Amino acid sequence: MSASAVIFYVLASIAVLSAAMVIWSRYPVHSALYLVTTFLSVAGIYVLFEAEFVAAVQVLVYAGGIMVLFLFVILLVNLKDTLGPRVRLHATFSSLIGTAVVGLILYVYSQGRVPGSPGAAPMLREGGNLQAIGTSLYREYLLPFEIASVLLLVAMIGTIILARQKT
Amino acid sequence: MIDYIPIGLQMLAAAALAAGLMGLSTLLGRPARSRTDLSPYECGVDPFEPAGKRYTVRFYMVAMLFILFDIEAAFLYPWATVFRDLGLPGFLEMAVFIGVLLIGFVYCWRRGALDWD
Repeated sequence: MSASAVIFYVLASIAVLSAAMVIWSRYPVHSALYLVTTFLSVAGIYVLFEAEFVAAVQVLVYAGGIMVLFLFVILLVNLKDTLGPRVRLHATFSSLIGTAVVGLILYVYSQGRVPGSPGAAPMLREGGNLQAIGTSLYREYLLPFEIASVLLLVAMIGTIILARQKT
Repeated sequence: MIDYIPIGLQMLAAAALAAGLMGLSTLLGRPARSRTDLSPYECGVDPFEPAGKRYTVRFYMVAMLFILFDIEAAFLYPWATVFRDLGLPGFLEMAVFIGVLLIGFVYCWRRGALDWD
């Protein structure tokens, strides 16, 4: 095995193990901390694939922003309800959906549509990752980019309406 | 890949510091553990209320708005590197993007979402 394959398997194992711990932890705050570990390991895998910009965004937005959001949601919910016995129905549905998603991933992988080995596409190596993303995002994917701004606007207005203080 | 060795070293140093401090306090500290040692500590007085109490929704709103503007800023990084190649169309499309979000910003401001009280 090459060095990058070893690093990949180490990071992937950490990501999967801490993802399992997110589910198994009894305390939501512990789950949130394991989730940070998962996010950071995935960021490491992005670096390994030479997708540096995606890795940086993963750390900035997910490990930074989204985690803060998770913690505030934990502060908002009534924790006493979650410390009882685990809800069976919930667990059954979650396992069904999880199995279906894993099956789908394995199916797509077996069809050979996902490149199997670590290593970036040659295009990304020349001129830098960030420029490649910039050029394709602002030339070819212009419409999705502008739609993203509308999506952010909707989220902004939705937050304010939902969190409105009744005075 | 070689560029990431400093980050790896920093992570190792952080892990070593945490493990070292916890190991030292286990080695040097008082071994006996009573219930009082493990109880929540609040400046020497008994805790007033459970730690899991619900907080005001304003924290959530601030966090949500922070993430939205964070994502907006993340879009600016790749744009800034190819700004000259894109020329005027690139400037205009970013102006539209920022413009749409500016509507949201003005809405936040008008609705008093940025005020605490």
